[in-house]
Amino acid sequence: MGAPGAEAAEREMPGGNGYVGRALKRKEDPRLITGRATYVDDMVLPGMLHAAIVRSPEAHARIASIDVSAAAERPGIEAVFTGADLDGVAAPCPMVWAPPGVEVHVPDHWPLAKGKVGYVGQAVAVVLGDDKYAVVDAAEQVLVDYEPLPVVVDPEAALRDDAPVIHDQFGTNKVFEWSLAGGDLDAAFAEADVVMERRVVNHRTAGAAIEPRGALAEWREGRLTLRSSTQIPHIARVILSIQLGLSEERIRVIAPEVGGGFGSKLQVYGEEVLVAWCARRTGRPVKWTATRSDDMATTHHGRDQIDYVRIGATREGRLTGIHARVIQDCGAYHLIEGPVIPTFTSCVISGVYDFAAVRTDVIGVFTNKFTTDAIRGAGRPEATHLIEVCIDQLADELGIDRLELRRRNFIRDFPNERPHGFVYDSGDYDGTLDRCLELLDLDGFRREQEELRNDPVHPVYRGVGFSTYVEICGLGPSRALGPDGWGMQGGYFESAQVRVLPTGSVMVYTGTSPHGQGLETSFAQIVADRLGLAPDAVEVIHGDTDSGPFGKDTYGSRSLSVGGEAIARAAQKVQEKAKRIVAHKLEAAPEDIEVSDGAFRVKGSPEQAMSLAEVATEAYIPADLPDGMEAGLDELSFYDPDNFVWPFGAHACVTEVDPETGRVEIVRWIAVDDCGPAINPKLIDGQVHGGAVHAIGQALYERIAYDDDGQLVTGTFVDYGLPTAAEVPSFETARTETPSPTNSLGVKGVGEAATIAATPAIVNSVIDALRPLGVTYLDMPLTPERVWDAIQEARR
Amino acid sequence: MSTRVPIRLSVNGREHELEVEPRLLLVHLLRDRLGLTGTHVGCDTSNCGACTVHLDGEAVKSCTVLAVQADGAEVTTIEGLAAAGDGLHPLQAAFWEDHALQCGYCTPGMIMAAADLLARNPDPSEEEIRSGLEGNLCRCTGYHNIVRAVRDAAAELRAARAGAPTPEVV
Repeated sequence: MGAPGAEAAEREMPGGNGYVGRALKRKEDPRLITGRATYVDDMVLPGMLHAAIVRSPEAHARIASIDVSAAAERPGIEAVFTGADLDGVAAPCPMVWAPPGVEVHVPDHWPLAKGKVGYVGQAVAVVLGDDKYAVVDAAEQVLVDYEPLPVVVDPEAALRDDAPVIHDQFGTNKVFEWSLAGGDLDAAFAEADVVMERRVVNHRTAGAAIEPRGALAEWREGRLTLRSSTQIPHIARVILSIQLGLSEERIRVIAPEVGGGFGSKLQVYGEEVLVAWCARRTGRPVKWTATRSDDMATTHHGRDQIDYVRIGATREGRLTGIHARVIQDCGAYHLIEGPVIPTFTSCVISGVYDFAAVRTDVIGVFTNKFTTDAIRGAGRPEATHLIEVCIDQLADELGIDRLELRRRNFIRDFPNERPHGFVYDSGDYDGTLDRCLELLDLDGFRREQEELRNDPVHPVYRGVGFSTYVEICGLGPSRALGPDGWGMQGGYFESAQVRVLPTGSVMVYTGTSPHGQGLETSFAQIVADRLGLAPDAVEVIHGDTDSGPFGKDTYGSRSLSVGGEAIARAAQKVQEKAKRIVAHKLEAAPEDIEVSDGAFRVKGSPEQAMSLAEVATEAYIPADLPDGMEAGLDELSFYDPDNFVWPFGAHACVTEVDPETGRVEIVRWIAVDDCGPAINPKLIDGQVHGGAVHAIGQALYERIAYDDDGQLVTGTFVDYGLPTAAEVPSFETARTETPSPTNSLGVKGVGEAATIAATPAIVNSVIDALRPLGVTYLDMPLTPERVWDAIQEARR
Repeated sequence: MSTRVPIRLSVNGREHELEVEPRLLLVHLLRDRLGLTGTHVGCDTSNCGACTVHLDGEAVKSCTVLAVQADGAEVTTIEGLAAAGDGLHPLQAAFWEDHALQCGYCTPGMIMAAADLLARNPDPSEEEIRSGLEGNLCRCTGYHNIVRAVRDAAAELRAARAGAPTPEVV
């Protein structure tokens, strides 16, 4: 076990104390391992009310009436509100994606339903009271009379002319349709000797952070404070301002300790707006905490695409063109950005391969299910699954070795502009695949596979599957993503403030909002090296809109490559100013001052030095600063990248399949990832392990399932199969380090990489195992039933 | 509903006498009445194990135990795991050293479950650790480093028990 990459990458970095690159223990852990961290539900405010929400048991219905009288009369109940009471909410949930020239249907989505429900779990009333058990009792007494409407659950059925229309005003269930394309697709397919077609289903899943959502609102002296289990306190403040009609400086959003997000808390949920509104209305703090059942039904889901793909290739195995038609199930209503997610699929639909032409048509569809939006990977896992499974399929059709077909088409020149306009920043796809094969010993595996299969008494079916992936992250260049680009109504810079305190320790304010990633540690490492002190003397503050500059929060594997770069730049500014102060005091030139061995030193005479504490004293007792220099040592940076970053790698998965039961067991997992130079290898390995298991969950066990009536049948952890320790392997990880030219750290993101990479490796592995039995294709999840059925089908 | 039942219990070595609703869950007693918020709630079906505590020395999911069932019992939570004034329990130290946590939400329950496992089996194999922690869900770590940390803590605890100097654990 262990992580071979972790120790190997420890190294000295020039110009500092050498903390960058080291596998340091996390600064955030002591409070977490002793039970002293504070999550939203841990907080109690004087006079606080508890909220319970009445949810729709119907997937599609008109609300004929709501009788709250019995609930309101119960002891200890302060108030019961329904959609009709929400006049004070100024606007429905804004959906922030509006691409130029594309019509996107956005139905009003209110915190409590007004007149109609479109999915099971939709909030129709809220009960407030002193006791958290009593409000649940009272919620059961709210009587809602529903008049059921026809339900449509299948997105392809929803697109048909005879389908019930969910939102009458649009006259269709189509949400939008747009395309991202480049290169001459007709010519590419004309040139192809073989055109392979597949229908690939990427089913609906849940983020399933172990901490359910929760929010605590306080209205005091004309000001709202919302503490929420969110990834995006800064964005939430803007959106709350719009929804509540409240000016922004009167809102403070705090993300305290957040128990996992995985995209599911990259959201502003109705409940956050609702508790804020209730606190203002009642004058008392209001707390709502989701149960797991609430969470499964109404924390946004992810994936849920049906992809029709065509890939053209010459007989020699040169890929020519790829065309995908992506049908995205959006659910009944949008939250802040769901419809943009399948567009991320289009970015990397051609993977690591040198296609001359690429086209993706994306179609969004309303169904009577809950909203889909960003879940770890957000559109890119779908793309990688599709291209990496189909490359294997195509290789088999062409009779070319699956890895050989990959190698014949790898992109090798960087930066590389793809036909659809994206510029891959840097890469070495052969390098990660070579390292992966070295660790795997493919020839040895093939021999073992053959021997096991041919055992006359008890044949064992083992397979190996690969995924050679690239992903797009580090959101992002505002010009590409913004109103005139993809149509996101926002900027995607990141902010940082580095403040040296008078005694020489450092506060760092980041606009990102970490919730498990370990950024308090990696950001401190970046600053420590630039200012000549230890990471322990650097405190990283995040997740509070009242402290530090406006930021853009944490998602899309952006925190290090955008947020970390902003911190590096702010620290660099501090360093420059400190050098000028040191030069002035030591009578040297600023360019002759360097940070080394924990101090600012004169090059060539290292005994002439000042510590950061001494510099801070000069800065804050400004009796003798260089002419024209302002007091203080406190700098700000807003960094907006010129490009995305493009992490890549190669994963190999060995599975064993029991043909009698259809059960799949993962025997080995090798992950070779390249996210540029490591800041903290421990954190990278952790992200890879967790990301891969997230994908294993989708590939083998997890599925959000609705029945034909729109009832959620996987509404608890009993029915929704999160992998446990017993179902997953230990990982063999390694890294290569190809710097990104996009930022000065050279880093790329890694929070989503393994989730993006991993599902096709499993599916390809199981198909490889079962090929002798005639199984040639499988959609996820590879449940025993599905695998067994496929084996029986192939035998017929 | 408003009937209240008197109970006495010891939590982390401290005696408490309280009156509780018969339906009150132990986890809510710990969190809401005693302010011990290190014990978390992650599901409503006893699957996730975030609420794991020790009841008379054995791991239980405190969301599935009524407070009245803990009458007369000794309860240990994550806040009371390390011996008083002793810093960190070897499991806590190993979780930190091995990066066996990310968001930290499942961590207290995971550590309490692991402590119970090691009390029953001081030298578990990787497979025994994996099956022993099957009742605790983690979404962040992929379990790899949790398994490592439990093995390392087991070695540390065995060495301590043998009175031997602590070997370097990797």
